[in-house]
Amino acid sequence: MAFLKDYITEVYQGVRSLLKGMKLTGYYFTHRKEIITQQYPDNKAEMKLPERFRGEVVMKHDDHNEHACTGCTACELACPNATIKIITKFDITPEGKKKKALDTFIYHLELCTMCNLCIEACPTDAIKMAQNFEHSVTDRSKLTKKLNNPGSKIREGVE
Amino acid sequence: MFSIENITHSIDAWLNQTLNPTMVVLVESVIVGISAITLFAVLGLVLVLMERKVSAYMQIRLGPNRVGPGGSLQTVADTLKLAMKEGLTPDGADKFLFNLAPYLVIGVAMLILAPIAFAKGFQIWDINIGVLYISAVSSLSVIGILMAGWASNNKYSLLGAMRSGAQIVSYELSAGLSILSMIVLTGSLRISDIVASQQDGWWIFKGHIPAIISFVIFIIAVTAETNRAPFDLAEAESELTAGFHTEYSGMKFALFFLAEYVNIFIVCAIGATLFLGGWMPLHIGHWTAFNHVMDYIPSSLWFMGKTFSLIFLMMWFRWTFPRLRIDQLLNLEWKYLLPISMFNLLLMTLIAIKGWHF
Repeated sequence: MAFLKDYITEVYQGVRSLLKGMKLTGYYFTHRKEIITQQYPDNKAEMKLPERFRGEVVMKHDDHNEHACTGCTACELACPNATIKIITKFDITPEGKKKKALDTFIYHLELCTMCNLCIEACPTDAIKMAQNFEHSVTDRSKLTKKLNNPGSKIREGVE
Repeated sequence: MFSIENITHSIDAWLNQTLNPTMVVLVESVIVGISAITLFAVLGLVLVLMERKVSAYMQIRLGPNRVGPGGSLQTVADTLKLAMKEGLTPDGADKFLFNLAPYLVIGVAMLILAPIAFAKGFQIWDINIGVLYISAVSSLSVIGILMAGWASNNKYSLLGAMRSGAQIVSYELSAGLSILSMIVLTGSLRISDIVASQQDGWWIFKGHIPAIISFVIFIIAVTAETNRAPFDLAEAESELTAGFHTEYSGMKFALFFLAEYVNIFIVCAIGATLFLGGWMPLHIGHWTAFNHVMDYIPSSLWFMGKTFSLIFLMMWFRWTFPRLRIDQLLNLEWKYLLPISMFNLLLMTLIAIKGWHF
């Protein structure tokens, strides 16, 4: 009889789990508010992207046109496909010492896979992922971007 | 009151007045043929759209919503596209069988249409072995699938066709047994008798729990017989690209696609006839007033409503359950469905002999 009991429990549990699945899809079928489709070009004004959506790498600049990049090249080393190229220069501090600083932050959008490794590698939180995804251009060279604004300099106190 | 029966009778009377009897039979056959083809085309368009919308809502998507109001013309556009595509025949294929297979499949689907009662007095052929005819002819469609798979000269197609063969051979059994357990109650294989026997209530209510069990088994078995997910091993797009119709394109592919949906309609119509009373409105015993109110809804609407609810149920299955592996598929049939339906048939026979049903 033990065999029969196992058999019936198996059937019962199978049916139960199937009905559980059908309950969920049935809930979705009857509740239109759950629909997550965004009708993209039509809803450009009120489109809401998920928080973690990654569109491109940008450098954060504050109101005084200052960024937090020290030119340490941690992001360049972290990048798996050589998307980032950092050109450094030497600033002269008021004490007369030479100090390494960022000259140009070159970002090749056409090579980037949005893997987020550079943002995680950055010790000073100088770069972040932006949500802009409309990247189409007519020429490939337009995808190579300079991330630091012209005339920007490193924020005071960022080491 | 609106009734399809009156329309067919008046057409028949008018033809008899104007033509001689031989011509009347010929003209009526042509009319029936044209209506069957029209029904197929409309079913294809409606069911594909329905499937896409149902699947979209179940997967929290919107589905087709651009062509026509609410996307209602999407399938028309798709059909036009398919009609304009080139129907390729592969070089290494067995050309005759390859081109014959889709027509065989659609022809079988058309044959099963014959004994189905669409409304009160609206039936192509009220044959006295209607249910037997249906279960016999419906197993022919696997020949079309095997033919397509073999003639394509393609490993994917062959695998899909062989799986389909194994599947239909096993699931025919439990489908047949669950139909048989209803025949035990009705005592007749004629579709009109089966519908008439549900005058005072549908068999799913009158037949107690065994009727419900055989209804569940019937639905599972016909889902497998029509090669739909979770039993779509014959197509299995993630394993076999498209299974038996990998090599088909254009209108020949469209015929396979159409046959799938027409088959769904047919098996759901049979399920509705056997378990839910066909075109018979919802009658409860001797509640005369209630029964009269229900009679005001036309019988064709009852039939279509029941059939489409069953179709919706099958679509619900498809978009909820993952595909079974071939060994799981055969386990389910031989270890669960077949023993249960055999036991169920025994129980049903007991109920029928003792007259315990209502």
